[in-house]
Amino acid sequence: MHMADALLSPAVGGAMYAASAAAAVYSVKKLKEDFSPKKVPVMGVMGAFVFAAQMINFTIPGTGSSGHICGGILLAALLGPYAAFLTMIAILLIQCLLFADGGILALGCNVWNMAFYACFFGYFCLYKPIMKKGMSKGKIILASILGCVLSLQLGAFSVVLETTISGITELPFGVFVAAMQPIHLAIGTVEGLITAAVLIFVQQARPELLDAAATENKYSLKKVLVILGVVVVLVGGALSLVASSNPDGLEWSIGQVTGSPELEAGGSVQDTLAGVQEKTAVLPDYSFGNDNVAGTSFSGVLGSALVAGFCVLLSVIFGVYKKKKKLNSEK
Amino acid sequence: MGKLSDAIYEVHYMDTIAGMDSPIHRVHPLVKLAVTIAYIWFTVSFNKYDVAGLITMVVYPVALFSISGLSFGHSLKKLRIILPLVLLMGILNPFFDREPRFLLYGLTVTDGMVSGLTLIIKGMLTVLGAYLLIATTRIEAICYALNLLHVPEILVTQILLTYRYITVLLSEANHIFEAYSLRAPFQKGVHYKVWGSLIGQLLFRSIDRATGLYDSMVLRGYNGNFQHSQLPKARLKDYAYLLAWGTAFAVLRYTGLTTLLGSLFI
Repeated sequence: MHMADALLSPAVGGAMYAASAAAAVYSVKKLKEDFSPKKVPVMGVMGAFVFAAQMINFTIPGTGSSGHICGGILLAALLGPYAAFLTMIAILLIQCLLFADGGILALGCNVWNMAFYACFFGYFCLYKPIMKKGMSKGKIILASILGCVLSLQLGAFSVVLETTISGITELPFGVFVAAMQPIHLAIGTVEGLITAAVLIFVQQARPELLDAAATENKYSLKKVLVILGVVVVLVGGALSLVASSNPDGLEWSIGQVTGSPELEAGGSVQDTLAGVQEKTAVLPDYSFGNDNVAGTSFSGVLGSALVAGFCVLLSVIFGVYKKKKKLNSEK
Repeated sequence: MGKLSDAIYEVHYMDTIAGMDSPIHRVHPLVKLAVTIAYIWFTVSFNKYDVAGLITMVVYPVALFSISGLSFGHSLKKLRIILPLVLLMGILNPFFDREPRFLLYGLTVTDGMVSGLTLIIKGMLTVLGAYLLIATTRIEAICYALNLLHVPEILVTQILLTYRYITVLLSEANHIFEAYSLRAPFQKGVHYKVWGSLIGQLLFRSIDRATGLYDSMVLRGYNGNFQHSQLPKARLKDYAYLLAWGTAFAVLRYTGLTTLLGSLFI
């Protein structure tokens, strides 16, 4: 999934450098808060370990093909997310310089696509919540597969976004997404299984290694929300820029039947509701009026934020409901 | 395992050529880093239909290869990693962008063909640009340049330590995999039943090695601050090198040199 410089425009490359640099500066700050000099050589050697381990091929049963280990989730589980993120930067930089695997301008994108999602999103939003109430074999498998699959899906999707926004390829956005996502679903599942196998081995042989990282980085809902927010802003905002102005599937189907993409509403109820919608819509037809690009992008971010907010609200309501139910049953 | 031993050879080879002596090797690392970034930046900024303009950027790798005495053949090996993806993208362009651009001996050349070619050339030039940096600059010197750019100390140390331990752990992984292969001679990769234990063993050896490394660093006075090699400051000729290439890239990018040269003859 390493991106080459040729697939990027300078603006996108620069923007992704800024995003990755911000995450790196934050990680350095967090590491310094409880800095242990011992961590420095451990991080360095672990970086070299991931580098070497990624070169070993693992047979995928029944397929004849092979896969390799997913470094981000494994490092985050062993070193904690901040140290893992910095270690991944070192690995990606060396891969880019020594093996021409990824470009210098594309380093910001590669760090974001392969390190940020795995170390922050994969760890804080999936691995940590799953392990919240203790580790078990099943939980390790679930967390590793979910962590690898989802972080790889986000990474692959970001590759598509970054290349499309750069205006480099003529490949239509939909075709590109359809080519990238399924293959990375398969890769993510295999990488997740290998990561799980290693973590289970560590848990059985030297559990203190996993416990140390777990006690250092306590689960916090605030962190999860902040990371989800960053992902929503970047993916939602960027995605809206490349969103097609053609009708969506439903609109297209309606268009085929009626000759117009929207159904003509008749009757007083529809008129009243349409009037309410017109008055309450912050961004009618996803735009700011004259500035379509800014409007579309802002609509994407706002829409994603509202959906995320709605999901959080639902989970809070369910949480309160479950607590009440539990209290009632105890009485 | 071929892949592992190839990687070990590659690291050693790059270390050797970066330690050679030539006028390019002697340029200040920060200046070389800045010139490389500028080169890649200008190269990717060319319009996707501007093949003629892009071709002029070949000047930089040609000049550096001749002055440094590096082998061009080895750099071509690097292209094989990144080129498949770029080629795939480039080859698909003619299918999606069929707008005719010009006629060449009766053959219609489409926009997609031109943009595909531009993409492939950009891919090759940017890889060569990065290769020329690492082939003429040792990793310690690049880390020194990053230090000068105020990249956080802990990150620079990570790059240096990871790089130093890559060959050690690649050899370790190679031993483990060779031992496994001897016991499972017709196995294509590692069997799923030993996925965890095989990598797990490598992981434990790495952690033990890191503990040993930390102890030896403490015995040598390590207190959390890593001592990087100090290199001489940039000299006047380093600034001249930066200015010369910066100007050359800007001229090649914005003046349409090929069109100007062509108009002299037509």
